[in-house]
Amino acid sequence: MSGHSVEEIRRETRVYILVFVALAVLTLVTVGVSYLHLSFGAAVGLALFIASIKGSLVAAFFMHLISERRLVYAVLILTMIFFVALILLPLGGYHDRLG
Amino acid sequence: MSASEEQAVGAQDHAAEHHELPFWQRYIFSQDHKVIGLQYAFTALCFLLFGFCLMLIMRWQLAFPGRPVPIIGGLLGSANAPGGIMLPEFYNQLGAMHGTIMVFLAVVPLLVGAYGNYLVPLQIGAPDMAFPKLNMASYWCYLPGGLIMLASFFVPGGAANSGWTSYPPLSNIATSGQTWWLVGMIFLITSSLLGSVNFIVTIFQLRAEGLDFMRLPMFVWSQLVTSFLLLLAFPPLEAAGILQLMDRVAGTSFFMPSGLVVSGEVLEVAGGGNPLLWQHLFWFLAHPEVYVLILPAMGIVAEIIANNTRKPLWGYRPMVYSAVFLGFMSFIVWAHHMFLTGMGTAISSFFQTTTMIISVPSVVILSALLISLWGGSIRFNTPMLFALAFLPMFGIGGLTGLPLGLAPSDIHLHDTYYVIGHFHYVVAPGTIFAIFAGIYYWFPKITGRQMSERLGKLHFWPSLIFMNGIFMPMFVQGLAGVSRRLYDGGAQYSHAQGVLHWNAFMSMSAFGLLVAQIPFIINLFVSIRWGVKVGSNPWDATTLEWVAAPSPPVAHGNFPELPVVTRGPYEYSPPESDESFLPQNAVA
Amino acid sequence: MQIPYTVEPRPDTGLYNAKLGVWLFLASEVMLFGALFSALILLRTGATSWPHGYEVLNVPLATINTMVLITSSVSMVMSWAALRLGDFGKYRKWMGLTFLLGLIFMVIKTIEYAAKFEHHLYPSHDNFMATYFTLTGLHGLHVLGGMIVIAYLLGPGSKMWMTEPERYTNRVEVIGLYWHFVDLVWIFLFPTLYLL
Ligand code: HEM
Ligand SMILES: [Cu+2]
Repeated sequence: MSGHSVEEIRRETRVYILVFVALAVLTLVTVGVSYLHLSFGAAVGLALFIASIKGSLVAAFFMHLISERRLVYAVLILTMIFFVALILLPLGGYHDRLG
Repeated sequence: MSASEEQAVGAQDHAAEHHELPFWQRYIFSQDHKVIGLQYAFTALCFLLFGFCLMLIMRWQLAFPGRPVPIIGGLLGSANAPGGIMLPEFYNQLGAMHGTIMVFLAVVPLLVGAYGNYLVPLQIGAPDMAFPKLNMASYWCYLPGGLIMLASFFVPGGAANSGWTSYPPLSNIATSGQTWWLVGMIFLITSSLLGSVNFIVTIFQLRAEGLDFMRLPMFVWSQLVTSFLLLLAFPPLEAAGILQLMDRVAGTSFFMPSGLVVSGEVLEVAGGGNPLLWQHLFWFLAHPEVYVLILPAMGIVAEIIANNTRKPLWGYRPMVYSAVFLGFMSFIVWAHHMFLTGMGTAISSFFQTTTMIISVPSVVILSALLISLWGGSIRFNTPMLFALAFLPMFGIGGLTGLPLGLAPSDIHLHDTYYVIGHFHYVVAPGTIFAIFAGIYYWFPKITGRQMSERLGKLHFWPSLIFMNGIFMPMFVQGLAGVSRRLYDGGAQYSHAQGVLHWNAFMSMSAFGLLVAQIPFIINLFVSIRWGVKVGSNPWDATTLEWVAAPSPPVAHGNFPELPVVTRGPYEYSPPESDESFLPQNAVA
Repeated sequence: MQIPYTVEPRPDTGLYNAKLGVWLFLASEVMLFGALFSALILLRTGATSWPHGYEVLNVPLATINTMVLITSSVSMVMSWAALRLGDFGKYRKWMGLTFLLGLIFMVIKTIEYAAKFEHHLYPSHDNFMATYFTLTGLHGLHVLGGMIVIAYLLGPGSKMWMTEPERYTNRVEVIGLYWHFVDLVWIFLFPTLYLL
């Protein structure tokens, strides 16, 4: 995909460095938080929240999803729906048991 | 001819010379989708026959428990059948392997590997699949997977014997054949992942000019949806397989509950595992998988019905939308296989509701196919007979699914022969009839010759009768409460006594079905050499594989020149023209 | 016979074949790891006792490993950017660094495993160790697979840069997408296994 101009690519690389810094800082934050020994629920919520931000940064910029084609979005949205079903429904089954 | 054109032709000839590949690259490690499709077809038909034979041995035992298996009884080995009399352990192996082989090694490879591979590029006007090397790799993962499954019969303790569903903890403590099963499955899953990526990319990227989505033949649509099912539903089973492998090999307890007692002793494992986790992950695949078994069959039947009624399909768009919706919904109905696992009412209501919803698009597709027959001047050739028989057979299979999808009735019917009857109506006289229909229909495309109609009818009618003879009584037995997976067919249960006499009837029908396949096998091999030669489009069909490619299609590249599509897939008896049909690439 | 859109994108989808292919493959990977996460959640929810990761595992080592993997993701995009600018020399440096970082990740992982084995902590010890070994093991295999492809692209595969530079750049983009995905999986594995 060499449709991008030299200037654009240079700008993108600067963004990559910024994202890198953000990821490193967030890693330290999440490790730091774990030393606070918050209640389990809060710890899970916070850890997943930070991980989601980090994950979104990687997906959006390193995997350049931020400027991707509709077809890729469609595939990923479909996948995310089934992903959520796969996580939630067995858990729902666990909590809604007879006996 | 101008100089540059001459040059171009020269270059083409040159290229053609280079394509004279050595034998092993042309027929063994081929990257041509047509050869790979035929490799799949041949291998999967062998597995189909083998899986059928396993079932025949089981049917003997069910009809005549305790009597030596005739003819081959001595070959089964004294560990399995001393004196030819089958041991229960061996019956369990046969049952597990029959299911596994039929689903994962025969029917899906036929529908997707063989039909999909051969036809999708031809029907969309593409020179090949998008990734020919991956395509080859897919076959070469499938074959070892199958061979591993076969080899497992010869390891100590024999093949896997915990059912095709391999429920733990039984499967965790089963003999080593189960480990082979898991390894074999990982090969098969890899194969199908490679295939499904390839199909989706091919359909999105390589459609001929002018072939937009609403001009795709139904068969291509069915393959597209099927590929998405395989792509997204198989990985959870792969995960489950890895976990079970860890349980068996590394001694983990993913599926091992605490304090499990086997043969009077508490097992020495860490425990704390969850057997239902396996069921969730297994059925997350296996429910979509049953639509993998049916959607391409519907696609095949739709092609043949449109062609032989000489009318456009009734309700093409609703059928497309239904197929897509069916695919989507099939991911969120899986726990209707688990109503009896102590599931609470909230979650069971959810799965009952989704199950009822998913039957709607199935009914839409079936109705559209039925209505398509209305007012047509139908040609009753062999492919059409099989396609027509598909409709009521699938209807029976689907309708009997409804009582299973509602927990109150499923409590009675679960794990009885009724379930076996239900799904076999869908896959055996349903899908397998569609496979036969397709073989008779596309045989001229592959070989340039037609199969014998007379032998074809001799194949069809007895098959139809015997199929029903096998599976219809299963509903009777199941409603009477006879459980599945009993090695004596229920002889030891008093409540089964009233319906046991059906066992011999079903078994005789099964042997009849075997005999009914003889005309087919003869027809297949004889017609390859001596069948009547036909032109490139013997059925006067509209779709690209018939109208833009010779029979057989060009070895590399399929088409003499890539087609340009101008119209929809089913323009039969067009009102605005005197022609009896308009090819998809006809100039406007 | 030439298969269309191996290099240039198809106008209506805007993608070349391999790019759609790798995204589909990653979608299936999402479901693979999704199932394993689902298993982890279900087992932990149902467990009578489950240790906090930081009580059993080596958090500082894993933090270093997280940094290593994040850095390798940056070096991967940098190599792709260099290639798009036509600077093959720079590309090789960045890609080589990516490979090296992958290697460092694997070495640290091995040290971690070895320490566990020394304390007789095997997968069979309890379901925490079982999930820890299975998930990190499978993730490690993915890193290893990526390293093999990178080695190929730097070695014998690099000839393609001379003949078909566009196609080679595409290949680097595609392996990059895979590599970032493996990083992304780790970003979720790290807190769920080590920090909670
Ligand atoms: C059309 C609507 C359908 C409905 C409502 C339906 C519903 C069900 C339900 C609820 C079960 C579980 C029964 C039990 O174990 O108690 C079941 C089993 C099964 N169905 Fe269907 N089904 C439908 C169509 C299909 C189709 C199209 C196929 C495939 C080709 C299929 C194949 C199977 C198989 C293989 C099983 C048994 C699996 C096993 O336990 O070994 N079904 N069906
Ligand atoms: Cu189902």
